[in-house]
Amino acid sequence: MDRPRVPMTAPVLRLSGITKRFGPLTANDAISFELAQGEVLALLGENGAGKTTLMNILFGHYVADEGTVEAFGKQLPPGDPRAALTAGIGMVHQHFTLAENLSVLDNIALGTQPLLSPRFDREKARRRIAEITSEFGLAVNPSALVSALAVGERQRVEIVKALYRDAKVLILDEPTAVLTPAESRALFETLRKLTAGGLSVIFISHKLHEVMAGSDRVIVLHGGKVAGERRTADTDVHELAKLMVGREVLPPAVEPVPRGAVLMQLDGVSTAGPGVRLDGVSLRLHGGEIVGIAGVSGNGQATLAALVAGMAAPSSGSLSINGRPEAGWSPRAALAAGIGRIPEDRHSTGTIGDMTIAENVALEAYRSPRFSKSGFLNGRAMRGFAEQVIGDYEVKCPGPDARIRLLSGGNMQKLILGRALDGDPAIILANQPTRGLDVGAVAYVQERLLAARARGAAVLLISEDLDEVLALADRIAVMYRGRLSEPFSRGEKTTAEIGAMMAGAGSDGAAHAA
Amino acid sequence: MRLEPVVSPSALASILYPAGAILVTVVIASLLVLVAGASPFTVFGLVLKGAAGSQFALMETLTRATPLIFTGLAVAVAFRARLWNIGAEAQLYAGAIITVVLGTGALPLPAVVLLPLMIAAAILAGAMLLAGPAVLKIRFGVDEVVTTLLINFIMVLFVSMLLEGVLKDPMGLGWPQSQKLIADARLPRIVTGRRLHYGFVLAILSAVVVWIVMKKTTLGFEMRAVGHNPEAARFAGIPVNRVLMKTALFSGGLAALAGFSEVAGLKGNLTLDLSPGYGYSGIVVAMLALLNPLGVVVSAIFVAGIFVGADAMSRAAGVPSYIADVMVALALLTMVVAIMLTRYRVRWR
Repeated sequence: MDRPRVPMTAPVLRLSGITKRFGPLTANDAISFELAQGEVLALLGENGAGKTTLMNILFGHYVADEGTVEAFGKQLPPGDPRAALTAGIGMVHQHFTLAENLSVLDNIALGTQPLLSPRFDREKARRRIAEITSEFGLAVNPSALVSALAVGERQRVEIVKALYRDAKVLILDEPTAVLTPAESRALFETLRKLTAGGLSVIFISHKLHEVMAGSDRVIVLHGGKVAGERRTADTDVHELAKLMVGREVLPPAVEPVPRGAVLMQLDGVSTAGPGVRLDGVSLRLHGGEIVGIAGVSGNGQATLAALVAGMAAPSSGSLSINGRPEAGWSPRAALAAGIGRIPEDRHSTGTIGDMTIAENVALEAYRSPRFSKSGFLNGRAMRGFAEQVIGDYEVKCPGPDARIRLLSGGNMQKLILGRALDGDPAIILANQPTRGLDVGAVAYVQERLLAARARGAAVLLISEDLDEVLALADRIAVMYRGRLSEPFSRGEKTTAEIGAMMAGAGSDGAAHAA
Repeated sequence: MRLEPVVSPSALASILYPAGAILVTVVIASLLVLVAGASPFTVFGLVLKGAAGSQFALMETLTRATPLIFTGLAVAVAFRARLWNIGAEAQLYAGAIITVVLGTGALPLPAVVLLPLMIAAAILAGAMLLAGPAVLKIRFGVDEVVTTLLINFIMVLFVSMLLEGVLKDPMGLGWPQSQKLIADARLPRIVTGRRLHYGFVLAILSAVVVWIVMKKTTLGFEMRAVGHNPEAARFAGIPVNRVLMKTALFSGGLAALAGFSEVAGLKGNLTLDLSPGYGYSGIVVAMLALLNPLGVVVSAIFVAGIFVGADAMSRAAGVPSYIADVMVALALLTMVVAIMLTRYRVRWR
């Protein structure tokens, strides 16, 4: 891909013609780009566009079929993870790689020297960390235990850790996925300081607004290829979205629907763990509405979803369906109560990878007379239902007898949708229903949820993607440390206000933390 | 060297690699035979002849395969639901004890009534023996690998105690062995004068039943779901713990049938050497069969053939019959590698 060279200095990183194939799939197709010193380069693309594969090649975890990686003018040997590190490339992963039971200092030094060695000079390490943190304004306390840190702080520790190893190039993978809007802004300020100090940064994202806010230059990946390259100042969100998706994207059309009766009600529900505990959560779900739950990842949304799905039971408070309190709450009870459930994790919770598509779509109803009689399965009925779902939801797959593991995330999600929405459930739990899907599949899933709302179903939409919640939900509540805010109508609060609530403003939890 | 997952394994690979596994097994075993100072061709010829070279040899192989089919099925059923039953040996002895208790004259009934009763009792005994570890696993998270394995040792000592005590044959000249079963408690031979007995037919029937259960019933569906992904199974409303319990009862019962069939079909009484590790070999049999119930029959006959053939070979060629253990172990190892290679691609550097 030809493009004008960045004139100022020689590139610190140059990828030339990187191609990587997995069987019939070409994950990276002749990707070339350069990173100039002192710039923030955003690598924008949907899930499956090839960002992760590219980074794995850069770090020597995969070997490219074709192409080379050069750092500071020298070619990196393929397949050697240490080469990238010694060349001064540092990575901050989406899921942090910190040892919770060690101090910040030990975590930062971990891997550079043996921690238990008497020659490990902690004071020297501490001075070094102090230098780094004061130079770049990264506030971390070296003595604190990592387990006591908030997510934003942990991310700063990861960055300091990379700088401690003399990283000159910093790569951040989806750095804002776990941050509040305010924390994200602070991160971008940090990145500015780093580049002002001579470092170069690549950050990987699929969120357009962040790319606009935090980068100098954008490389857009689509289908494993470079779909375009723009200076951030010369482009806008619409153009980037078009490049990323390959076509024009329209927001979902939300028609007004009359609100129906209360179908599900939570009254002061607390749970007893495991995971983040719910603390006195109350919520009413009406027919014909979508209630969105916003919040930073890990504030109890997973527990709330588990509760509604029947995977967790209230330890106090009550859960009522159609005004009737439910006792003996279980996944089967939830199914019997007519709740269609879309789980957060397609692979670990939603499907059984080594079973067939037919078996997976019948998984929640295999005992019904429709699919089995006196203990014997009706294979034909299961396959018939699978074929119906495959047809209705336009699932791309070899057939109902294929193992579901072979399908892409989007097709898997369509099958889960077909299973969950079969029989028009009155209540629908959609937990991160569009995470990891390409934009076409996202639109499809959102349309189905809106269609369910239009026929009078109550939809509980839990999403870490605030844009999605704002686009779909009639009412929104914010989850923070296991507590749920009063729901408010869409448009009642600004994004900034919601962001502040996600960070704990106006909740008792914040008072405790302060 | 690193491994990369293969998106969809090709059909050719899934035939080629297992075939290669058998080839590698034979090559390595040949080297050992050479070390022992014999010609591999002669030795493998003798093994083949000893395992399947005559009607007698074939029947011996099938006789030896019978308990392996039962224990192999027991392991296949349990492992399919990811219940790691390492205790088929103990469950086998539980079945054998019940067979002796009921079959030595305590119940003077005709064979048509007595045999089904003994079968039911043996199944119950094996099921109960695995129920304990299953309850411990479900209630307290105790690792069933440890409990089922340790029960094997307890059981062997328990049998020893019985054979020196209450079950000791007063006419046995002091040997630790039980009384002989009464005639109505014996499984008939399939061919007069040969050792092959109707236990083999029972084993084949069991394999078919297990196949039907796993493939066609809601119970089998639940067991597979729980085994492949317990989290997703629970989410879908499958009562995971209850399924594990049923699996334990099913698996224990199958293993106990091995004990019943060996005592009632072959030995006629209970001794301490009833099983030369059939319970453990059942794990190998089940793994080689990739936990497929019908495959268990094939792999049990394969493993039994190697053992029977190696016995005959060692008498003729003077190579120790331990080569059979080596071959079975090699076959398992190479097969595991072969299965992995169909799913992953090896990248050098």
